[in-house]
Amino acid sequence: MNQTSPNQTDPATSDDAIIEIIDMHKWFGEFHVLQNITLKVARKERIVICGPSGSGKSTLIRCINRLEEHQKGRIIVDGIELTNNIKNIEKIRAEVGMVFQHFNLFPHLTILDNLTLGPMWVRKVPRKEAEDAAMHYLEKVQIAEQAKKYPGQLSGGQQQRVAIARSLCMAPKVMLFDEPTSALDPEMIKEVLDVMIDLAREGMTMLVVTHEMGFAKSVAHRVLFMDYGQIVEANTPDEFFDNPQHDRTKLFLSQILH
Amino acid sequence: MNNERLQTSSVDAIKPPRTHIGVVGWLRANLFSTWYNSLLTLVTLYVLWQAVPPFIRWAFIDSLWTSTGEECQAVDGACWSVIPANIRFILFGFYTYSEQWRPAIAIVALVGLLVYSQYRRNWKKRLIYIWLAGLVGMGVLMRGGIFGLTPVESTKWGGLPLTLLLAVFGLTAAYPLGIVLALGRQSRMPAVKSLCVVYIELIRGVPLISLLFMSSVVFPLFLPEGVTVNKILRAQAAIILFTAAYIAEVVRGGLQGMPQGQYEAAESLGLKYHQTMRLIILPQALKIVIPPSVSILISAFKDTSLVVIIALYDLLKTTQSVLGDPRWMGYSSEAYIFLAIIYFICCFYMSNFSRKLERMLDTGR
Repeated sequence: MNQTSPNQTDPATSDDAIIEIIDMHKWFGEFHVLQNITLKVARKERIVICGPSGSGKSTLIRCINRLEEHQKGRIIVDGIELTNNIKNIEKIRAEVGMVFQHFNLFPHLTILDNLTLGPMWVRKVPRKEAEDAAMHYLEKVQIAEQAKKYPGQLSGGQQQRVAIARSLCMAPKVMLFDEPTSALDPEMIKEVLDVMIDLAREGMTMLVVTHEMGFAKSVAHRVLFMDYGQIVEANTPDEFFDNPQHDRTKLFLSQILH
Repeated sequence: MNNERLQTSSVDAIKPPRTHIGVVGWLRANLFSTWYNSLLTLVTLYVLWQAVPPFIRWAFIDSLWTSTGEECQAVDGACWSVIPANIRFILFGFYTYSEQWRPAIAIVALVGLLVYSQYRRNWKKRLIYIWLAGLVGMGVLMRGGIFGLTPVESTKWGGLPLTLLLAVFGLTAAYPLGIVLALGRQSRMPAVKSLCVVYIELIRGVPLISLLFMSSVVFPLFLPEGVTVNKILRAQAAIILFTAAYIAEVVRGGLQGMPQGQYEAAESLGLKYHQTMRLIILPQALKIVIPPSVSILISAFKDTSLVVIIALYDLLKTTQSVLGDPRWMGYSSEAYIFLAIIYFICCFYMSNFSRKLERMLDTGR
């Protein structure tokens, strides 16, 4: 793996890493799902992770906020190492936003309540303030008029935008996206990607698991290719797409780019 | 004008044929759609013809409503008189006769509170205080001893107040306990988990009657000399412990029905375990299990009548005692029909409320 690869705006060369993963392994039972992962993510860096299904890319980002537990190696997020210390885990989770493939909005709460829940209970923000912030982010993802509705009354694309706004309400330092557009109808993918591109423009640190190669080309500083639980190749989008180094990368690209 | 007429006539034109709407259409669709349906309809009509007129004759035409037991002997119809003549004993048991207005007020207050609580607009913090005040008030009324009220020992309590007391407290205390047990059974801590499993399986493995027996016969043996625990309280505890085990299993079903993504979304916001449960998981899981929970609550309500075996005079027992009176012997149908109506009203109210609750909490998923 090439860790010191050059990239467009060059955030990785500074030593100011927000996520540091060192020689990390994870097993599901006997299955060695993540092998020898080492990755340093700089502040404001945007990384797209791709690879065939079952390659461990979702598991990798789920380890970063401890939805999955790693068994070997170290993960350090914003200066805090992930261990079994539940206080640290909660601290990290508050700083790391996560967007899921299936949105996972809370169906029994209105859109507004979905957004204010985290700030009010985790950050102890007063309701009024939390609601103002929530409306701000809902406007940002262009869905403010739906604030009083329930998630079940919204389309998939709208729900995913709400999910992104919900994460943003926590003012996270990093955003993780776990295949955010995979469960969407084609005509809704764009509205979600547009929100993500806006976010990138504002300098959010992002790790995105996706198959949207157009998004990777235009937004990522680095593209990671994973296969069989390993990071096979990591490079700038230009290099990655035009000049892939490994045979497996070439094969994968030939399959998805036609 | 012309336009209007055109429209009406076109509406007329698209009406379905006569045989498919109205009474005839309904009859055809529901009662005589096939030959066996027609046959069933005719048989049912015959049975109703045989059963209903005699029942009406018995219950309403040949019946007596206010008379003595002897006068009833002379007629073929129902002797409803057994109820008004003994209503105060049926409803209040051995409660001091001159003080029976007190349990009557307590019941009215309880029903009032229940009705008040069913409206969502009243679900505020205030409701808790109203209930606390109401319960204290009812306790004072029933027990007496202050404000110049004659004390009435709880051994004299009986009838409807006792049934409602056992039911309302039993159910409201069993529900939270059941939730705690369900969460405990899902716990990652082996000690907590196995404790809950053992408790649930043990309680579900024995009949309520045996628990009541234990509480009234076995339990006092373990108490030190001179210490007694109120009999009603012991029965109450047995009912709570019993019902909670069933509630726990229903709630566990609801918890298991929750998608993993809900836990993950809550955790990834940084919510703590108890916040995740209270704010995200339980509100949804409990909503799913409203229908089975209410089933359990209804059957627990009816099971309170089992306290007769430890000689508590609940509604069923007071009624039975009346029927033991030589003057009113032989009118058990009438008395039990009256009793059934009281139980039915309570249970029907519960199941109606559960449906209303489901509609109220529906958020379109």
